[in-house]
Amino acid sequence: MSDPGFEQMYREVILDHYKNPRGHGVIDAADAEAEGQNPLCGDEVTIYVAFAGDGETIDEVKFSGRGCAISQAATSMLTEMVQGRGAAEVAAMDKDELLDQIGIPLTPVRLKCAMLGLTTLKVALHKAKGTPLPEGLAGFDELELS
Amino acid sequence: MRSRCEAPGYHHLVAVTGGMKLDARTLRRDFPIFEQEIHGKPLAFLDSAASSQKPRQMLEAMTRFYETSYANVHRGVYELAERATEALEHARERVRAFLNAPTSREIVFVRNATEGINLVAYAWGLSNLGPGDVVVVTELEHHSNFVPWQFIAGKRGAALALIPLDEHGELDLTSLDAIAAQGNVKAVATNLVSNSLGTINPVEKVVAWAHEQGAIFVCDAAQAAPHMAVDVQALGVDFLAISGHKMCGPSGVGALWGRSELLLEMDPFLTGGHMIASVRPEKTTWGELPHKFEAGTAPMAEAVGLGAAIDYLDAVGLDAIEAHEHELAAYALGRLGELPGIQLYGPPADRRAGIVSFNLEGIHPHDVAQILDMQGVAIRAGHHCCQPLMQKLGIAATNRASFYLYTIPEEIDQLVDGLHTVRKVFA
Repeated sequence: MSDPGFEQMYREVILDHYKNPRGHGVIDAADAEAEGQNPLCGDEVTIYVAFAGDGETIDEVKFSGRGCAISQAATSMLTEMVQGRGAAEVAAMDKDELLDQIGIPLTPVRLKCAMLGLTTLKVALHKAKGTPLPEGLAGFDELELS
Repeated sequence: MRSRCEAPGYHHLVAVTGGMKLDARTLRRDFPIFEQEIHGKPLAFLDSAASSQKPRQMLEAMTRFYETSYANVHRGVYELAERATEALEHARERVRAFLNAPTSREIVFVRNATEGINLVAYAWGLSNLGPGDVVVVTELEHHSNFVPWQFIAGKRGAALALIPLDEHGELDLTSLDAIAAQGNVKAVATNLVSNSLGTINPVEKVVAWAHEQGAIFVCDAAQAAPHMAVDVQALGVDFLAISGHKMCGPSGVGALWGRSELLLEMDPFLTGGHMIASVRPEKTTWGELPHKFEAGTAPMAEAVGLGAAIDYLDAVGLDAIEAHEHELAAYALGRLGELPGIQLYGPPADRRAGIVSFNLEGIHPHDVAQILDMQGVAIRAGHHCCQPLMQKLGIAATNRASFYLYTIPEEIDQLVDGLHTVRKVFA
């Protein structure tokens, strides 16, 4: 109980976002939408975006799906971070911006959990805007076993 | 912690099925991996179903081979090449005896059970499957015995049918008639022991049904071979695959057993050096069994290691290993059952190998495994390469604790203590 390792990883803010996720839900007829999977654990997240009248500003972001505390908390934090920002800017967002916000040490495996929401959001925005997916994201939403 | 597992009751939870009893505490000293702490805690290694730890005897056999007998096999006429060839063929004979196969010509060394199953799916399936044919697997398969069949059936226009699970997580054999009505059942592939639930499957019944349909039966024994005596003649199967790394052997070697009459009829899987009789620009002819299926330089030292692992398992006794695992599974099911909000999957202890899959309500397996790791407990969290099964259970993942001949009850206590901590973190 006093081991600093998991106390550090599962700090209060992570558990709070996990238990009370912000932006959890579905936007019907969303302007941008994508589904992402973490093939390692089978976790899934779907991200929905509604743009403002200018067709660029992110007016609302919601997510649905299931996952571990790290992936769910990171996605919850992400929805707060991108509200009101431009689609092009968010599609090019550096992952460190989110990692700084999460603020916990992550192993390479858990980094994938933390990035699931951001990667899926970027795929949704690129698809909506018709811009090419950056290297490494191509095929991201087709990882399902079929 | 120690006192609990020595308390009365532990040894009475399940009847030992007779025969020799193993002493896990003594055997554990053969495994150098346990001579360390993880995050300052004793290592509770509860992920042997993914891969087992290695005894010193096996490691030394591989080193001795490299240091005294190493050369390429079946090539040179010099002393070292002969020693290496003899070592490889001795290992093949050990695998034959381990599986009670009629002849060592029927033992093909492969990388792992996955490669063995792919060998059959390609070398038999591509020539024997077509439209109107049905390949049957189960909802309980590891991807290794699911994806190759799905892929080859798809390529040949054959259908893939799944034997479903009933509400107890056991194969629902009442579905067999409906499956037979779907077309010509040509191949049936199931595991002997489920890697995710630990279920020991009633393979004999499915084998009999497969043969009534005129189908071949392919058995994935990767999870069974480490834990119980596997006899290909008693099972009556046509092909059977094992992985060395799950049974105290090295990674990179496994074995496929197949009936000679089928192996002789089949095309090769991989082609190249060693697997030929003669190579001419106009035509190449294939070598004798098993060489026809062993293209390229064999995993020689790994095969020697597998032979030594079999020696080790034989010395301990497969019956004793099986009894030890039933005992541990019963103990684990009892101890885990104390935890509020726990969901246990799979059959009762006497119907399962040393594998326990579970979930804690509201806590994702990744988070459970992460917090356990900090307490020196290694378990697997995820879908265990069984996504069709997870879909059936309506979950994305489970926690899985698995046991082997070196597992002691204190490790299960360490797991349960760790799970109490997990619940506190998420309270």
